[in-house]
Amino acid sequence: MNTNKNVTLIVVIVAGVFLAIRAANGEFGRVYTKTETVEFTKKVRDAVGDSVQPWTVERLVARSEVNDAQGQPRPDVHLSINRTLGLWIAAFGTLCIMSFLIGDNVFYKLAEAVIVGASAAYAMVVGFWTGIIQNLFGKLIPDTMRNSVLPGLPDENNAELVYIVPLILSVMMLWRLAPVGGWISRWPLAFFIGATAGIRLVEYLDADFVQQISSSIIPLIVVAGDGSIDFAASLKNSLIIVSILTCLVYFFFSFEHTGVVGATARVGIWVLMITFGAGFGMTVMGRIALITDRFSFLFFDWLWLPKPGVDT
Amino acid sequence: MGNFFTNLDRRWIFLGMAVVVAIPMLQGLSFPEEPSEMVRDVFKAVDELPDGSNILMAYDYDPATKGELEPMAATFTRHCAKKKHKLYFITLWPAAVPMLRQNIDILENEFGNDYTYGENYVNLGFRPGSEGVIKVVVTDLKDLFANDVNGEALQDIPMTRNIKNIQQMDLIVNVSAGTPGAKEWVQYAASKYQIKMVAGVTGVGAPALYPYVPNQLTGLLGAIKAAAEYEQAVSEAYPEFNDNPATKEALRRMGPQLIAHLYIVALIILGNVIHFTEKKRGVPR
Amino acid sequence: MKRTIPLLIAAATGFMLILSEFIPLTQSWGRKVMIWFDILAAFAFVLGGANLLKIHLQKISNRRVGWGYSVITVVAFTITMVIGLGKFGVTPSEAFPDFAWSGDYLQEGSGFDWMYQHIYLPLASTMFALLAFYIASAAFRAFRAKNTEAIILLTTAFIVLLGRTYAGIWLTAEPLAWLGQNLFGDAQALAMFRLDVIVDNIMSIFNMAGNRAIMIGIALGIVALSLKVLLGVDRSYLGSEE
Repeated sequence: MNTNKNVTLIVVIVAGVFLAIRAANGEFGRVYTKTETVEFTKKVRDAVGDSVQPWTVERLVARSEVNDAQGQPRPDVHLSINRTLGLWIAAFGTLCIMSFLIGDNVFYKLAEAVIVGASAAYAMVVGFWTGIIQNLFGKLIPDTMRNSVLPGLPDENNAELVYIVPLILSVMMLWRLAPVGGWISRWPLAFFIGATAGIRLVEYLDADFVQQISSSIIPLIVVAGDGSIDFAASLKNSLIIVSILTCLVYFFFSFEHTGVVGATARVGIWVLMITFGAGFGMTVMGRIALITDRFSFLFFDWLWLPKPGVDT
Repeated sequence: MGNFFTNLDRRWIFLGMAVVVAIPMLQGLSFPEEPSEMVRDVFKAVDELPDGSNILMAYDYDPATKGELEPMAATFTRHCAKKKHKLYFITLWPAAVPMLRQNIDILENEFGNDYTYGENYVNLGFRPGSEGVIKVVVTDLKDLFANDVNGEALQDIPMTRNIKNIQQMDLIVNVSAGTPGAKEWVQYAASKYQIKMVAGVTGVGAPALYPYVPNQLTGLLGAIKAAAEYEQAVSEAYPEFNDNPATKEALRRMGPQLIAHLYIVALIILGNVIHFTEKKRGVPR
Repeated sequence: MKRTIPLLIAAATGFMLILSEFIPLTQSWGRKVMIWFDILAAFAFVLGGANLLKIHLQKISNRRVGWGYSVITVVAFTITMVIGLGKFGVTPSEAFPDFAWSGDYLQEGSGFDWMYQHIYLPLASTMFALLAFYIASAAFRAFRAKNTEAIILLTTAFIVLLGRTYAGIWLTAEPLAWLGQNLFGDAQALAMFRLDVIVDNIMSIFNMAGNRAIMIGIALGIVALSLKVLLGVDRSYLGSEE
């Protein structure tokens, strides 16, 4: 425990000193925007007349465009307080999550609690505006939607009362949260499961079975355009076919893996090991790319360190 | 020495990883990339289409994977815009909606003179339902997407007015982080309706998609390496992109990537050497 | 009744969708069912959020260990939901300026967009970025070449790790070119042994073959499981008897 505290203290002190030096040497951690007035199209201006005046929006300005060629601040660009605050909150949150590497601590738990709540609400809001409003209410009560949140809904879209069915099923699904009557949610769940089973049965059979077998029927001896044997392509095709067959033999557990079958299955295992080794190598590649992105945010977007290839 | 490594606090390993990624990044270590055959196939799939073709830009990734996929998505956007293709942005992931907007910002900021919303590109946004969305839009797009993200009816937007379904797309460009993603687009759209498709996926997802290449999936970009190669291929074909540093993001990240890979290899070797040395000495763990 | 009707619903839905694949006249029914599916998927998000709220409110109410963090979760949830549903900071759509609620809920500069850019995005991406550190730790502690299969796996991993970066070219391109020139008079004679070329071959031959076999096996499994569900043989999704 003492080691944890000491390491944390050292890291915090070093980071704090570093930030103080950066702050003393130059500005960092700021976000600039410029104010723009929206422009209505002629069609929209004709429709609304003077009843609605164009409003202003704040557009993000890249750090390189804050000053003009002479190094003077552009008059139309200003510091955005809320986005600057957001940048610092994002940086703090990033460091809180990373602090878990030192050890479990209150900052990490705080950040974790925030992301759990925020991500659940985010999904809910997105589902509401895109699925429920657009596709449920937009089809059940199109006139009401047209007069409020979906003015662009085509006029010829009339109420489709058959959408009462998914509305009822959805309410039944929410019944899962009730203290009694949880069995009611089985109906929409069964609909979900049945629909998934139905579409997957056909598509997996087509794309992942029939078409895969079809793609595996390739010539063992490849003849080039001039009539000669292309040894490289022939070897490649032969290796592919042998590898697929040996792997499939390994997966065939109805026969005991002894003798010829056993030897073939063993080769299949080796092919699978190559497959998993390749998968592991690619996975490592993927994970490292994620940390470079986060470091890029901290170093270049927050601390404004010079970005090689951009600022140098 | 052996005891030191046996009882090594893993935080030293974490610190090592942080150092091998941070220092090359700050130093700007980078290496040349030679596009592989697979990357060239993806490049050709976009480049050999006639200018103004209909491309469905299905970007299915979220903040967790943007480090790997954002450079890929941005390069696809720039390449398609250079060819003046008509771009239909869509996503199956709720957290990908701002990612679509980021790519649309590229069109507005870098191609603003040639690209007009509604005539050259449209943002359809997100709909919940995973593969259920694909199942609907392959036969009737407007049944699920009555409006774009700005609320305009698709039948009032010039480029979507005559689009009945995505079978009218000349190419599907999918950048995918998992499920739903490239696999579902192949199964429910590309493979079934013979729509040409290319995909950019994470390193984790790439190996499992190789069986679809080339009959069901024309080309595949796997991980940040392929993204860097694709950036290189696009820069070679369109040298004007070299003036824009934002077009070299994946290439910049390959420097730290290489050093980190060497670090991992060294750790595996070191771990095995220590393990077998101790086994030989009969040291209990 | 409580279990029979769901079984019938699952079977009817599934078989209807299968039928719509083969009979063009029923295609529109299948599409309608899928739109209902998509609507239910949207409500599933609502269910997930509400369930989270219920669990954490119970934790707070019962004062279980860590209930303080549950307060933070509930607060973050509520703020995000209110800002998103209320479209705080969202201006009307430029196409419909006279409709106050016509703007996109995730408009740039809106409150919900601020939450996404400065809370959700950095925290979610950093969570996953930590995996890079754990992979490094696992590489040191767990990956052991104990038998033939493990040696094959690790060797392949090394080749891929090196070959998928410039290290593969740097380590093998020039030495092989020199060897090829001196042994065969052609610098490209041994190019097939370059690490990056070996990686491409590993991915397109062995990796592809292994994944194809796995894919075929999974496809058969999915078909069998789907049939079991649709025919009512597998009823596990209905939960316990009630």
